[in-house]
Amino acid sequence: MIRLIAMRELRSLLSIPSTWFVMAGLQFILAWFFLTRLEAFLEIQPQLALLANPPGVTGTVGASLFNTAALLLMMLVPMFTMRLIAEERRNQTLPLLLSSPASDVQIAIGKFAGLLIFLLPMIAILPLMLATLYLGTHLDSGLLLSNSIGLLLLTSSYVALGLYISSLTAQPVIAALGTVAILTGLWLADIASPSASPWHQFSPLYHFQNFNAGLLDSRDAAFFMLFTAFFLTLATRRLHNNRIYG
Amino acid sequence: MSNATLTARNLSRSFGKRRVIHDLNLELKRGEVLGLLGHNGAGKSTTLQMLTGCLLPDSGTIDVCGISLQKNPAKAKAHIGYLPESPPLNRELSVETYLHFAARLHGMRRDEIDSAMTEAIRRCGLESVRKKLISTLSKGYQQRVGIAQAIVHRPDVLVLDEPTVGLDPSQIRDIRALIREQGNSGSVILSTHLLSEVESVCDRVEIMQKGRLIYGDSSDRMQHYGEISGFTITLGNPPALSELESIEGIESVEKISETEFRILHAPDRNPGSQLLSLSTQKGWQLTQLTPLHATLEDVFVKITKENS
Repeated sequence: MIRLIAMRELRSLLSIPSTWFVMAGLQFILAWFFLTRLEAFLEIQPQLALLANPPGVTGTVGASLFNTAALLLMMLVPMFTMRLIAEERRNQTLPLLLSSPASDVQIAIGKFAGLLIFLLPMIAILPLMLATLYLGTHLDSGLLLSNSIGLLLLTSSYVALGLYISSLTAQPVIAALGTVAILTGLWLADIASPSASPWHQFSPLYHFQNFNAGLLDSRDAAFFMLFTAFFLTLATRRLHNNRIYG
Repeated sequence: MSNATLTARNLSRSFGKRRVIHDLNLELKRGEVLGLLGHNGAGKSTTLQMLTGCLLPDSGTIDVCGISLQKNPAKAKAHIGYLPESPPLNRELSVETYLHFAARLHGMRRDEIDSAMTEAIRRCGLESVRKKLISTLSKGYQQRVGIAQAIVHRPDVLVLDEPTVGLDPSQIRDIRALIREQGNSGSVILSTHLLSEVESVCDRVEIMQKGRLIYGDSSDRMQHYGEISGFTITLGNPPALSELESIEGIESVEKISETEFRILHAPDRNPGSQLLSLSTQKGWQLTQLTPLHATLEDVFVKITKENS
């Protein structure tokens, strides 16, 4: 049932033209960024080579590319999550799901999974793009792996939050704005707080930094999983409340 | 009872402090089409939403084919097909993709789907648009896709919320035929505010007012409430009112305009033919004679009068 709902979500996403424009736009920006970073790296490489322990191409080009992608996704994921439930409510298609044998949990997880599967290629393209550098040099595959895992976890936390916000309203645009506002708020809470502040702990991007630096910390992974599970539970609750309050 | 497909007992529901459904009891049997008749806001849609599990009742129980909707929703809901007031269509999908999804969603096995889909598409007359996107279809076709979605998994209970609203007369006729057909194999409950709809498709009718079922009977017997013995006539050269009243069988005559009259007569004595011959004899120039039909309002008034 979860797979069925996920596949329906995926199919709906792919049948909307704007989806393809956004995807193409994102690819273009990331490729552009990758190439300019690479060019900059090649320019300063002779100087770097003189250092005792020079930073590698994976760290300078790869990690910063992932970091940019993390920020871009913060703005982009809400554009996709806004539709998940708000649009169903606006088009009055929710009764189809509510009157079907699918449970609230299955609906929430199905929609979450559908969007995550859709975003997977966008995430996967980053290590693939960097892998082209294997043609000329050696890469730090551990750093690539930790960044990929981190970005995947980060994205799933964005999607879960977006799903919940989308379940609160019947207006997709409000859902998108709300999600962007909360994610930006969490990000600002991270970058604007003094270093010892507990506010950092609430920010998904803060927890991504360790992954970005190549450090796999189970606390960060646990944060993402809890964050995702928390908002998925809230979304399920909201769907259930739909049956109570109408 | 073994052939009951849907049983609701003591359903109650409030929105905030306002109680919209009061102790409602319903039973639907296999092979039956039940009409839920009532004004807008009488609680018809709320009742149907509860019967399909979209809305949880505050109290009361619902059984679908002997399975409790509250205790075992996944299993019970597989037996229900539901068309809400506005059809729940994913407009970005094609008709086929959408129906396939709807069938799978209701737990149909993959190997059964193709034949079930072909059948639903044929019955709803969607052959010519099966590959089209739903968003490109006209309202009538979209409504049919909505119905196809509700019947594709061959449900035992079909729940339709005002299925013919916004359709043209020929589409209404097609859809009524389809409801009738479905009523023979399974069971159907539909809501409407049209008396004629109940007369043409329903076996049984429940009248709903302010969240209560105030009257339930077979559709045939209800029709006598719907009958008013009378007609309106238009006369080009009308005689005096008293002359019309003196015709045998006529109980009362009401003047609507200079040439139009509303005539009521005893149910067993129709003065129509006499009126016609008198009209030609005396040159009244009868141009129109239309039998009167009761409105839902008339039936309500009669029923509530008799019940009180």
